[in-house]
Amino acid sequence: MPTFGSWSLKIALVLSAYNLLAGAVALRMLATGKRGFLYRILVDGLHMSPERLAESARRAGIASFIATSCAAFALVWAAFTNDFSVAYIVQHSNRALDIKYKFAALWSGQEGSLLLWAWLLTGYGFVLRLRHKVDVTLSAYASTILAGIQVFFLMLVNFPATPFSLVPGGVIPADGNGLNPLLQYPEMVIHPPMLYLGYVGFAVPFAFALGALMMRYPGEKWIHITRRWTMVTWLFLTVGIFLGMHWAYNVLGWGGYWGWDPVENASLMPWLTGTAFLHSVMMQEKRGMMKSWNVWLIFSTFLLAILGTLLTRSGLVSSVHAFAQSPIGTWFWIFLVLVLAVCTFTYILNRDHLRTEHRLESLVSRESSFAFNNLILLAACFTILWGTLFPVMSEYVQGYRVTVSAPWYNRIGVPVGVLLLFITGLGPLLAWRSTSMRSIRKNFIIPSAAALLVAIGLLPFGVKPWTIFTTGEQGNFYAWVTFSLSAFVITAIFAEFFRGALVIQRHTGQNLLLSVIQLTRRNTRRYGGYLVHFGVVLIFIGFSGQAFNQSKEMTMNFKQNMYIGPYRIECEDFSQDSNGNYDTTFAMLNVYNSSGKKITSLAPELRFYTASQQPQTMVANYSTPAWDLYVIFAGSDPGTNQPVIKAFLNPLVMWIWIGVLITILGTGIALVPNLSAALASQRNRVPAMLPDDIVAAGKAGD
Amino acid sequence: MNRISKLTRFAVAPLLIVAGLVTLGAADTEARFQSVGHKLMCACGCSQVLLACDHLGCPNLAQETDELRTAVARGDNDTAILTQFQAQYGPTVLAAPWLTKFNIVAWIVPPALLFFGLVGTFFLVRKWRLRTVDLPDIPQDTQSVAIRERIRRDTEL
Repeated sequence: MPTFGSWSLKIALVLSAYNLLAGAVALRMLATGKRGFLYRILVDGLHMSPERLAESARRAGIASFIATSCAAFALVWAAFTNDFSVAYIVQHSNRALDIKYKFAALWSGQEGSLLLWAWLLTGYGFVLRLRHKVDVTLSAYASTILAGIQVFFLMLVNFPATPFSLVPGGVIPADGNGLNPLLQYPEMVIHPPMLYLGYVGFAVPFAFALGALMMRYPGEKWIHITRRWTMVTWLFLTVGIFLGMHWAYNVLGWGGYWGWDPVENASLMPWLTGTAFLHSVMMQEKRGMMKSWNVWLIFSTFLLAILGTLLTRSGLVSSVHAFAQSPIGTWFWIFLVLVLAVCTFTYILNRDHLRTEHRLESLVSRESSFAFNNLILLAACFTILWGTLFPVMSEYVQGYRVTVSAPWYNRIGVPVGVLLLFITGLGPLLAWRSTSMRSIRKNFIIPSAAALLVAIGLLPFGVKPWTIFTTGEQGNFYAWVTFSLSAFVITAIFAEFFRGALVIQRHTGQNLLLSVIQLTRRNTRRYGGYLVHFGVVLIFIGFSGQAFNQSKEMTMNFKQNMYIGPYRIECEDFSQDSNGNYDTTFAMLNVYNSSGKKITSLAPELRFYTASQQPQTMVANYSTPAWDLYVIFAGSDPGTNQPVIKAFLNPLVMWIWIGVLITILGTGIALVPNLSAALASQRNRVPAMLPDDIVAAGKAGD
Repeated sequence: MNRISKLTRFAVAPLLIVAGLVTLGAADTEARFQSVGHKLMCACGCSQVLLACDHLGCPNLAQETDELRTAVARGDNDTAILTQFQAQYGPTVLAAPWLTKFNIVAWIVPPALLFFGLVGTFFLVRKWRLRTVDLPDIPQDTQSVAIRERIRRDTEL
């Protein structure tokens, strides 16, 4: 099987290289009519027309996916069959490993995760090449560019990081070292593939944008074609990031979900620029504006995805996630510089093609809010990049590294986040082109009143925003601002739904809920987008709860109690257990509420994995909308052998996960095509309705 | 009965005040321990904030937290504690760089960029608005015009 996998990778590389070269030659010939050296070899030598050459390139691209799939299958097969002749399997699997985690072995190490990159990339390319009829020429450009990226990743897995290397000396060990215990968690089976689907997926809109610029493609069709690609990719990245947060929260056991680790930051940067892109393309679609900006946004998003991978793999920055330091970083640097050079060169050559068609007409307009939204998203991205790379800069300038961690990001990044929340609420309230004072008054009064009510209403409930001035503690202030702004944004969103639904209700006579559903179906992008905003606001509310976190640690004997917030935690029992994969020590804790009623039992664990000889905590969490009671087994007292229990009371965390689900739902809705107005009206027609009314109802709310 | 109750109240009141002060001090010490503990990193190389270090069997965690607890109990101020840790474990033990020399750049650049970006965007948008000269027509093929019209019709944003 290793030989099969190794050869599959070689074949995939050859096919991708052919796709790149033949595609480039055919497209150059078709665009300019010039017959170069390669043209004479490929076209004259093989007696093929440029069109046939382009088609053969596309088919080679499709075949490269099949070859890469064979390689990925070979590696997973080796993990499933405990083929310890493969060095990678020895390092990342063992016989006792649960079957579902054998899949995770594919991406738990450097070589396997690069193979996953290559496989997903060829997979995206496979879909793109199959759907080439959407625009044959533009798809051919995008396919060729994508083939270039494929060549790079397939070179990596064929030369410096091959996953099919055999064990040195040919002595096959009886068992492997096992999978990192941190990865032996159900979410870890889906978090990395989701994140990679996000990273890799940005290669598709990037390829379309670069291709459209190279061929001076007229209009916004490339944006129209890639809109769903970009949204799906963005969704994968969003899900990947939040699965990572959920995993960190439930596995790492430090009570938090985001540590501002360089690798976490690396995933957030392309997400921020991707979000900016999803907003600013609307300006191009709607008004033919910001064309250069959009092209550079998608270039930057792809470059940041590559930079993120570089940071993880080069050892440039220290991180809890980083793979072992390896020469692979040099390869990524070269690739990054090459991509940047190609983008810059293409832009300089064709920038006159990106002239804007309209200018902004008013400072108070949707366009203007998009410009500021983009600025803030990019400022957030720059802040994270700056914080991630500052230790390296410090080493160059001062001769020593410094640490840039949570306190720095909280002080610098949180105000930017609050500003972003404000613009999230503001933007949808403004009209395209220009917003009148009357409209501002009409749209802003209710959300502003809601914000004011919440700001005042929070003060008696222990929120003390003035501490930023008295003690310098910022959490309360930012939480207070976030809650108030959230009220503003949520009210604005619901008002939008309500206004539109009322119009439909007036025309169709159906109830408000059905009217909301019909309204959403008739403009999925707009109302799906509002739902995404709503989800993001809930996520911000969840983040704000951090300002009120509490924690306690104590060694607990039988029937001993610990008090935290409204809970009493009683130690019922503590014991040990063992299976083939790990030994475990755990405590059985009963949780009572303030009125003395038992509400749940928690069993935090401390596992010791036999194969890897590594310990791992298993968090026990009782989650409610108000707060999470998060308990870890921190160790055993050396003298008494009693469990050391650490409990955290983390307010509002559940809203983060609810917010993510709503964001996913909103994005899903935005991906669905609109229900045509006429059809919607027909479906919901009331018997007495006249044809004119149906037409009016069809137009309403757009 | 009334007299006894008054006496009890007088006796209990100072006790309550003392207990309150002691508890207040304890809470204050714990709050300071938590606050300073989140300004320090674990020095074992795990790249985690000291009080968030979940590294089981960490060789540094216990030592650092003990030293921190002692320093807080001794009444050392934050700067003294951080200086002591920096001298002992090196500059990477601080979770965020201090406002000294080149480190100031770390704190200034992002807010400055955001500020100038906001001001710049404001003036740019204003300049665009004030321009009265019509833009030259950009030739467009009918297909892309039709697509744009369809997009605009379908996606009233």
